[in-house]
Amino acid sequence: MRKSPMMFDACQAEKSGAPLLAQQYAATEQMVSCRRDGSAVQADNGNTDWAALVLRVRDHQDKAAFAALFRQFAPRVKAFLMKSGADAALAEECAQDVMATLWQKSHLFDPARASVATWVFTIARNRRIDALRKSRRPEPEDLPWGPEPEPDQAEVYEAQQDTDRLGAALAQLPAKQRALIERAYYGDLSHSEIATETGLPLGTIKSRIRLALEKLRQQMS
Amino acid sequence: MTIRHHLSDQLLMAYSGGDLPEAFNLVVATHVSLCDECRARLGAFDAVGGAVLAETDTVAMSEDSLASCLDRIEMMPQATARKPLQRAGCFPAPLADYIGGGPDAVKWRPLGMGVKQAMLRTGRSASARLLYIPAGQAVPDHGHRGLELTLVLQGAFRDDSDRFGPGDIEIADEAVEHTPVAESGPACICLAATDAPLRFNALIPRLAQPFLRI
Repeated sequence: MRKSPMMFDACQAEKSGAPLLAQQYAATEQMVSCRRDGSAVQADNGNTDWAALVLRVRDHQDKAAFAALFRQFAPRVKAFLMKSGADAALAEECAQDVMATLWQKSHLFDPARASVATWVFTIARNRRIDALRKSRRPEPEDLPWGPEPEPDQAEVYEAQQDTDRLGAALAQLPAKQRALIERAYYGDLSHSEIATETGLPLGTIKSRIRLALEKLRQQMS
Repeated sequence: MTIRHHLSDQLLMAYSGGDLPEAFNLVVATHVSLCDECRARLGAFDAVGGAVLAETDTVAMSEDSLASCLDRIEMMPQATARKPLQRAGCFPAPLADYIGGGPDAVKWRPLGMGVKQAMLRTGRSASARLLYIPAGQAVPDHGHRGLELTLVLQGAFRDDSDRFGPGDIEIADEAVEHTPVAESGPACICLAATDAPLRFNALIPRLAQPFLRI
C-alpha cells in the first residue's frame, strides 16, 4: 500500500533522523491493537484500504473502486516495467493488461495472505516475463485454498501492512543494498549477483503464511 | 515428508524476481510444491516485490488509459477456470507438466550401471534432467562448474557429508566434488539442473559426454 503524502513525508523526515519514527510506529501499533478488537476494516490515517477496493471489484464489478486502484497501481506498474527494460509504449500496454488481469482474477485475490501491491507485483512480473520473452517460469502446484468467504480481519490487516513495513525497511537500507534488491525484482540480476543477506524483516511474514499453510493442511487431512 | 535441505534465500529471491533460467525455475517450483517452509519464505520474498513496486516512482499513463482498460475488460472472455495442474506419482505438478505424466512417462536413456537420465526441454542458459539411480549405485563421480541444483523426488542419496531424501534439495557450486550414492530401497529419482556442463571424472562418461548431451 502506498503511503499518503503525509506518511511519506514522515518517512523522508525519518531518513534525516527526525524523531517522527517512534511516533509513527506507535501509531501503527495502536492501529494493530484496534484491529485485534475486531473493529471493521476501513481506511485509516489516510491509508487507503486497497484490499477492500479489490473486493468491491470482485463482488460488485465496481468501476469507481477499479478506477482508484488503476490510478494508484497502473503508473507504478508502468514505471516498474520500464525499469525492467520495456519501452514506454510496451510498458503502457502491459500495465493496462496487468490492471485488466486484476479485474478478471479478482476472485483469486486473498487479502489474508498478500497485500494488493504484492499481488499486483506478481501479475506484473509474469506479464513482464511474457512480454520480454524472458525464461519460462513454471509456478508451484496450486493449493486448494482460495480466499475464505470471511477471512480473519486481523490477518487481513497484518498482510495489508506488510508492504508499508517492508517499504520503510527498504528505505532504511544503504542505497547500494537497496538498489541491488530493486534490480533483483526488475529481473535485472543473475542469481549469483543477488545478496544472500537482505537485511529485511521477512520472518514475521513467513511465519504468518506458514501458520496459514499448517491450518490448510489440517483441514485437508 | 520431512525436508531438511531447503532452497537458499538467494534462489528464492531470484525466483520471485524472475531472474532465473527456466531449468532453475522448474527446480524451485517443484521444491516449493513439496515444501511449505519454502512456500512461506517465497511468499515473504514476493512481499518484497510488492514493496518495491509500491515504492517505485510513477510514470504517467496516457490520458485515455483507464477508459481503454475498461473497454479491454468488457471485451475479455469470461475467465475460464484453468484446470489446475496435476501431480503424477512422485512428480509434483510443475514437473509432471514438463514430462506429460509421472515417472512411468519418462523416456529414459541408459548411462551405464543401471543409471539412466532424461533431458528436459528448457531454455538454453541452463539445462534440466531427471536422473534414475538404482539402489546402491553411485552417480558417476562428478564435480561442478557453475551452480547445480539436485532435488530428490524418490528414494535418497548420500554423499560424504550428508543424506538427501524426498523433497531435499542439494545446492552445489564449484567447491563441491562428491560421489553421491543411492541408498538401499527404491531407486533414487532426482531432478537436477545446472548452468554448466557436468564434468565427469570417470573416463567413459567423459568420452560419451558430447553424444549424450550431459
